[in-house]
Amino acid sequence: MSKVNVAFYWMASCGGCEEAQVDAITDDFSVLNVLNVVFWPVALDFKREDVERMPDKSIDIALINGGVRLSEHVEMAKLLRRKAKIVIAYGACSSWGGVPGLGNLYTREDIFSRVYSEVPTLKERGVRPQPKYVTEEGIELELPEVLPLLLPLNAIIEVDYYIPGCPPTPETTLNAIKALLEGKLPPKGSVLGASSRTLCEECPLNKTKPDKVLVVGYRRIYNTKVDSEKCLLVQGIPCLGPLTRGGCKALCPQAAAPCVGCYGPLETHVDYGMKALSYIASILDVRPDESEVKRVLDEGIPDPVGLIYKFTLPTSRLRMSFRKKA
Amino acid sequence: MSEGYEPKILMFACNWCSYAAADLAGTSRMKVPHNIRIVRVMCSGRVDPQLIIEAFTSGADGVLVTGCRIGDCHYIEGNYKTLRRIILLKKALEQLGIESERLRLEWIAASDAKRFVEIAVDTVERLRKLGPLKRHFDELSRVIEEVRGIE
Repeated sequence: MSKVNVAFYWMASCGGCEEAQVDAITDDFSVLNVLNVVFWPVALDFKREDVERMPDKSIDIALINGGVRLSEHVEMAKLLRRKAKIVIAYGACSSWGGVPGLGNLYTREDIFSRVYSEVPTLKERGVRPQPKYVTEEGIELELPEVLPLLLPLNAIIEVDYYIPGCPPTPETTLNAIKALLEGKLPPKGSVLGASSRTLCEECPLNKTKPDKVLVVGYRRIYNTKVDSEKCLLVQGIPCLGPLTRGGCKALCPQAAAPCVGCYGPLETHVDYGMKALSYIASILDVRPDESEVKRVLDEGIPDPVGLIYKFTLPTSRLRMSFRKKA
Repeated sequence: MSEGYEPKILMFACNWCSYAAADLAGTSRMKVPHNIRIVRVMCSGRVDPQLIIEAFTSGADGVLVTGCRIGDCHYIEGNYKTLRRIILLKKALEQLGIESERLRLEWIAASDAKRFVEIAVDTVERLRKLGPLKRHFDELSRVIEEVRGIE
């Protein structure tokens, strides 16, 4: 069997996706027999020029993680699209923006002034990122430009498949890689490797959830003693399991931490965050009085956008005025 | 502010109270600003926040959600949910850089056609002051197109 050429690339990401990929491979070394890694900046010394020299469509699968935050990411995404037959958005950032996508709540200038002018360790130097710099020796150096906002991969290029998660679990990754190798692929634009149902359906705590959940207020995990044997929602912890895609085997709820939604929306959602907002407000059981509702919500949900759009803000219908291509 | 700007307002009205009030205003030949487009729903509790932002992204400058008065809901507590959702949604809208005044929640009894007209007129007036929402999306689209154009 001829080997499959695979390219990995990272954009605005934390490196967790790379770890997940390595974890997946060490879980099942047999995939290494068929994979031929042609580009992997985090581990192998291939440069952009090497990719440029490859014939078009010579890479079988390109797995790209991280959001698009630098001009370099746009260039590389377009380059890999030309060179690869199948492009996969790997992880939450690449699929919908992820946690770095929350940066879109601020302007680039806000972020720069916070990081380079207000943070004590850096403000002394007062230096801002510059696309061009001439060293004392007269050598001109170029740096990629920071973009005004973070975009998911599919805002720049056509994405064939998505592998969700922050990061995708080794099991999800292997499921997806096996589906790709066997050629058993769903329609373009689908999610690979994860479940097509919600997290609650695979959560072992689900059996402790009553048919109708109502909470008198929301509690936050930093000051709450959580019972890890009981459904978190029942305990008033805003867990996003009821609407988030499953596939991670409910790792967080079993460790007494609520689901924060890293496996993202199901196909039926128009806007994941709004769906989350709707359900969080719905199950609250308080006196229908404006000031009372406000008080309870302010106390339990101090940062609604940070909760409902933790991984999907850049794909919110209000932030992207164009429709995502299917 | 753009010249000749007329705000577009999408109103969700519940079948039992606020739609009846709007209907009564019509049959009583009361004048209602033409800026208001009404969508009848069975209950204000049916108005999913996804629908509200869909309205904003489809060209509405404001969204008016109306229902029975608290305690009068035909389905007992449908409007309690509406109240909680709209309060949370307004907070989220502010964080997302959209004026929360663009979303308004009002309770209108079935017999209160006068109140419906007053709210309609007042909402149009408030939105006229806020200006078009399109600017927000135009600016975003411009930035996104610019980023996409990088070679």
